[in-house]
This record gives sequence, structure tokens and C-alpha cells, in this order.
Amino acid sequence: MALSGLEIYKLLAKTNCKKCGFPTCLAFAMQLAAKKTSLDKCPSVSEEAKNALESASRPPIKLVTIGEGEEKLEAGNETVLFRHEEKFYHPTGIGFLLEDTQSADELKKAIEEIKKLDFERVGQRIGVNLVALSCKSNDAAKFVEALKTILGGCALPLALMSDDPLIIEKALEISKDKKPLIYKATGVNFKEMANLAKKYKVPLVASAPTLEELAGLVKNLNTEGIEDIILDTGDKALAEKLWDLTQIRRLALKKAFRPFGYPVITFTKSGDPAREVAEASSYVAKYAGIVVLRTRLAWAVLPILTLRQNLYTDPQKPLQVESKIYEVGQVTDKSPVLVTTNFSLTYYTVEGEVEASKVPSFIVVCDAEGMSVLTAWAADKFTADSIASALDKFSIKDKVSHKDLIIPGYVSVLSGKLEEKSGRKVVVGPREASGIPVFLRNLGK
Amino acid sequence: MDVLKETWAGKINEVTIGATEKDGGTRTSQITVGGETTLPFLFKEGAMPHAPVIAMEVLDIEPVDWPETLKKPFGDALRDPVKWAVKCVEEFKARLICVKLAGTHPDFGNKSAEDSAKLIKDILKAVKTPLIILGSGDETKDNIVLAKASEVSKGERCLLGDATEKNYKTLTASCLADGHNIIAESPIDINIAKQANILISEMGFPMERIVINTTIGALGYGMEYAYSIMERARIAALLGDKTLSGPFVCFVGQEAWRAKEAKATSTEHPEWGDETSRGIIWETDTAVSVLMAGADILIMRHPKAVEGVQVYIDDLMKNKGD
Repeated sequence: MALSGLEIYKLLAKTNCKKCGFPTCLAFAMQLAAKKTSLDKCPSVSEEAKNALESASRPPIKLVTIGEGEEKLEAGNETVLFRHEEKFYHPTGIGFLLEDTQSADELKKAIEEIKKLDFERVGQRIGVNLVALSCKSNDAAKFVEALKTILGGCALPLALMSDDPLIIEKALEISKDKKPLIYKATGVNFKEMANLAKKYKVPLVASAPTLEELAGLVKNLNTEGIEDIILDTGDKALAEKLWDLTQIRRLALKKAFRPFGYPVITFTKSGDPAREVAEASSYVAKYAGIVVLRTRLAWAVLPILTLRQNLYTDPQKPLQVESKIYEVGQVTDKSPVLVTTNFSLTYYTVEGEVEASKVPSFIVVCDAEGMSVLTAWAADKFTADSIASALDKFSIKDKVSHKDLIIPGYVSVLSGKLEEKSGRKVVVGPREASGIPVFLRNLGK
Repeated sequence: MDVLKETWAGKINEVTIGATEKDGGTRTSQITVGGETTLPFLFKEGAMPHAPVIAMEVLDIEPVDWPETLKKPFGDALRDPVKWAVKCVEEFKARLICVKLAGTHPDFGNKSAEDSAKLIKDILKAVKTPLIILGSGDETKDNIVLAKASEVSKGERCLLGDATEKNYKTLTASCLADGHNIIAESPIDINIAKQANILISEMGFPMERIVINTTIGALGYGMEYAYSIMERARIAALLGDKTLSGPFVCFVGQEAWRAKEAKATSTEHPEWGDETSRGIIWETDTAVSVLMAGADILIMRHPKAVEGVQVYIDDLMKNKGD
């Protein structure tokens, strides 16, 4: 937990030497607390003060990285329990469970399926992040063989799953460069697993069935010098998992409880894809850093990725769509032209209703800095000028032969000026998007 | 290490829908929602005495914009609201029915208040579960239609909606006179949600009979806005804000089945996978999202989605304890 200015002041030399550029040590301490300067500006800082401040400035939930390069998966560094308090930072990694008892062909096919789970929604790429290989065979040779098949076909980060350090080491020997996650250290094997994590510089899952035991295990791993940890509380009922996840997040953030200052990994239990979606979605909503699925069906994975995209959107910075002219349906030069803002929710609502109307139409999306119609109008971001210049910029005159322009009912007040600026005839549309189908169907009548 | 339990001062109001003979109605069952003293499903911290409940939606006109996937399980019943309601109860085991009088809208059938009143009476006769009764959303028409619907269902303690900040007086007066509960609707806005509740209660309507509809978006279509509004409202209620202490109703089916991902065929979007499962899962997962934010009543459509969400709720409620 961050220290207050006064707490920092107590740790300083209190010489008021001004060498840091501030008039007093207290002023310097205040600036440190506000993270506006750094401790190295102080020439007489003690080791003790340094350690205390460093540990206090560590984020309450550590950022842990699995894998390397572009596809690397980062989990942690979260700062809130509820997204409206700030935002969620590192979208839950979505992984897939594979087993070394599957044949090479099955594994290859699985990898091909996983690779296809890459979608685009509201202009963002949403994809999957991890392949977890479980050693079901208990046979190092078989595990390594399966791992080779996966390494041959897949660039996603990996998790290696076995409780046997000897098996894990065999797998690490051929995959260490990919910085895989080791799953898992338990109360029994933690020393050996810690040694592997250190030797190969890879992150390690700490797994225990209760929060109490988990805290103890993490402390032991810390003592062994392990800091890149991911937490796991094992297989239990969904409500129990939600409790564990909530407690871990709460204790890390509100009590600065160090042993829980790491991301959490969860696994879906059900073999039924629809149930897995519900289970995984609950974990995405409630604080999991990584969720490992069994299903690879597109219809099951898409909603989980969509939910993740929704919840990890910055509530202060709404998603925007590209401002341009969108065509809905088989448009002609007689099709109606509607205008709206580039707030993605606004646009997709309008688009959905236009589509539902079955009247092919153009939607001109103006850049209103991602605000909804009424907000943008109030903030002067959706004005006669800005609409007219968008119409010009995107050359609506090349798309339609008529002069009509439909504007949202809420900004009917813009009509006069807009007609003047754009040279078009303004038609005031409905206030709510839900009125669009009826409005469009009645247009020509 | 000690776990960190929040001690919330507030409690969500308990709202009971349906009146049995004992209470002067003709229902054979009642549904009670609300009563939470903690965030969703955190049973070790507080109470969640009533499981969230699913109401199946029945329309008074044949739906025009439903995809085949969604129409199929209902077959002919989509043309006969009474048969439709019976099917939901008997075949799909619905414990709560939501009748939406969509066909009274001037632009979509313009059915009369008398026709609607008769339909409500027929449904009350045909099924014995508690009822939710909704207007078409056309304010002027709703004020006539719902007043009549309220009158003919007097004493059955239905849940009627929606009252809005701008149009609440007529419906509130009806619900007050006829002993119903009311839905207060707000457009994803916590202050308007408060305001709507305050206005309704200022007419002498008990806050304990108001159910809150914050309005939601489907998964992928603004769900996160509703999610955060619901979380904020629920936290405020648990902290003691009485004006936000009503249970939540969420129109999951209506929103989810408007999403492209629910409606598109596999030919249009082969990369999204099987269309039947996809539509159902879109409704299911929209429900899961709002349950995580505190939903109490889910208005849903596809029987398979209803079943899936019920299994999910049962699974969570197993850990409820006593």
C-alpha cells in the first residue's frame, strides 16, 4: 500500500538540504507520495528508507508475464474491485486445456481450432492467449513429445501442467525460451518447483485448496526468492471460487496483503460447453487473471471474449467506431442518409435498428470524440459545422442523388443551421434508435 | 490471515409477486426476490435469501423480428399468447410469466385496451404462476392499456411496468389501487433510477414494492454500462441508500436477441460457429453478466437459455447454506 507523505517524511534524513530541489524534506516527501518525483533525488537516503519505500511503491497486484514477444500474456497489476472505480487493466487471459494423452493428430487439430479463435469486434482484435498442456500420462517422454507437437504449430504462450518437478524440467529443457508458466507448486513440491522457476526464469503457479494454505505457500515461495507467481485455489464449487477470487482481490487491494498480490488462474470444470461459458464468464467478471477452458467451439469462446472486451473497456474512455460512411443493406443512390456520432454503443444501436428496418441506408458517423448524441451536442462536439464537414469529407454527394439528411430527434435544434451549412434538407428522425424502423418504413409514404 | 468481510448496513427490499388464495388472489405459487445483504453469491459474507428468478416472455402478437432459432421451440403457440403462456409453464417449467402487450403499440397492431384486458384475464385463468405485465412502450397508449390490465388483475399482486421518470403517475395510481408491484425504469443512469423511485414513492407507493429496471444492453452491445450502473446502484443500496434498494429486473431476452451474434446465420458468419447454440449462448451469457452485477429477475426467451441459466443459478445457490 502506498505510504502517505508524512510516513515517507519519517523515513527521510530531515536535513532540509534542498539538494532534491524542494525547500524542505517534508515538501519532498509530499511530492514522493504524489509520485511526482523519485527517491534518488535525495543524496542522504538510508538503505532502510529505500527498502521501505520500494516495497510500498510495488503495485498491490504484481504484473506477471507468461511467454515472450508479441503474443505474451500479461496478468495482474489491477487496482480496483469494481470497474467503475477506475478500470480493469489486463484483460483475463483465455487459455485452452490440452492433454498429452491425446494423439499428435488430435493435438494438431486442436491447435488449428485454437488459432481460428481470433475475432474482430468494434474495431478491436479479440483473441485467445494460452495453451495449457497437462501431463495426464505421468510419463515425461510422452509429455515432451506432446509439447513438441504444440511448439511446432502454435505461437501462443504455454502452461506446463504436472506436479512432478522432474517431468516439468524435461519439458522446460525444450521450451524454456518461450517462458512457459509452470503449473503447479504445492505444499509438497514447492522447493523443487521454486528451483526450476529460478533456474529457467519462468513464472510459477502456487496452488493450495484453502486461502490460508495458499498464503503460507506463497510466503514459502517468496522465501525461496520467487516473485513471478500466479495463484490457484484448486477445484471447487463455483460460489466457493467466486469467494476465493473476491477475497484474494480484496485482501491484496484493501489490506495490501502481499501473499495475495498476484493474479489468479482458474479452470472451468464442466464438460458441457454452454455451462463452461457461464462458468468462465463469471471468472472473467470476478477477477480471474487467466481462465483455462476445455471447449474450443467458436460459439462458446466468442461470448467469453466479448464479455472480457466489455468489462475491460475503460469506463472513462468509451469505445469509438471509425468515422466514415457506413452502408447497411443493399444501398442505392436513393437510400436514406442518417447521421450519428462515433460512440460505438450509439453507432451499433443505430446500425441494429436500421438493419431491423430492412430499409437499406447510409449511416454517416461523425467524430464526436466517442460521445453519445445528446452528450456530444451539449459538449459542442456534434454541431451543424461538424456534421456538414463530415458530409463533405466523406463525399456523401458521390453516394446519393437526393438531398435529404436524417438527424437524431434529440438534436432537432440543429436543423436550420445544418441546412444552411450542408445545403441539404434536414429531416428530423426519432429521438430513440428504437423508433428508427417505423420511421424509415414510413419515410416514402 | 483473516478473510475480509464487508459489513453492509443496507438490505435489498424483498418483493413478492403473485397472490395465492390466502392473500385474496388465484395464483398457486408466489415468487419472492431481493433480500440480499451482500454482493451476488458471496454467501460467506451476507444473505441472499432468494435465488434470482427467470420469467419467460410472452407477447400478445406474433413476433416479427425473432430469428428462426428462437421461434422454433414455440411453434404455433407464437400465434396464441394463451397457448404460449401455457407452453412456457407446462413444457418449459416457467415459474413466472411476463406478458408484454407489444401489440397495443399504435405502430405494431394497435390492439385495444379491452382486447388486452381480456387476454390478461384468459392468461390468469390458463396459468397459475405469478404474472409480470408490460406495456408496449408507447406512453399515451400504455396509460390506457396498463390501467385496464391492472384493473382486471386486481388482487393478483402482479408486477407491472414500466413506469418512467416522465410517465409514472397513471401506472403508479393503478398499481396502488389494485395492489400490484411496479417496475421503475431508467435509461442506464443511476440518478434517474433514484429519481424514478423517489417520484413513485412520493405518490404514496411503498418503496418495498418497486422493482428497478436500469435497462441493459446485450453482451457486446453496451452490457458493460448496465453492468457498472447495476454494481454502483447495488453497492449504494447495501451502503444504505433506500432509493436504490429495489431488486433488479433485466430484459435479457429482448436485448440479447437483437445482437448480431445471436441472429446471424452460420452462412453469414461461419467463423462464429453453430447458429442455434450461438443465439442461445448469447442470451445465456447476457444473463450471466447481469447476474454477476446483481440481477434478481431475468426476463428471457429461449427455453434452452432459460434452462442453462437455471442450472447456473442452482449451481451457485447450492452454496447458499442456511
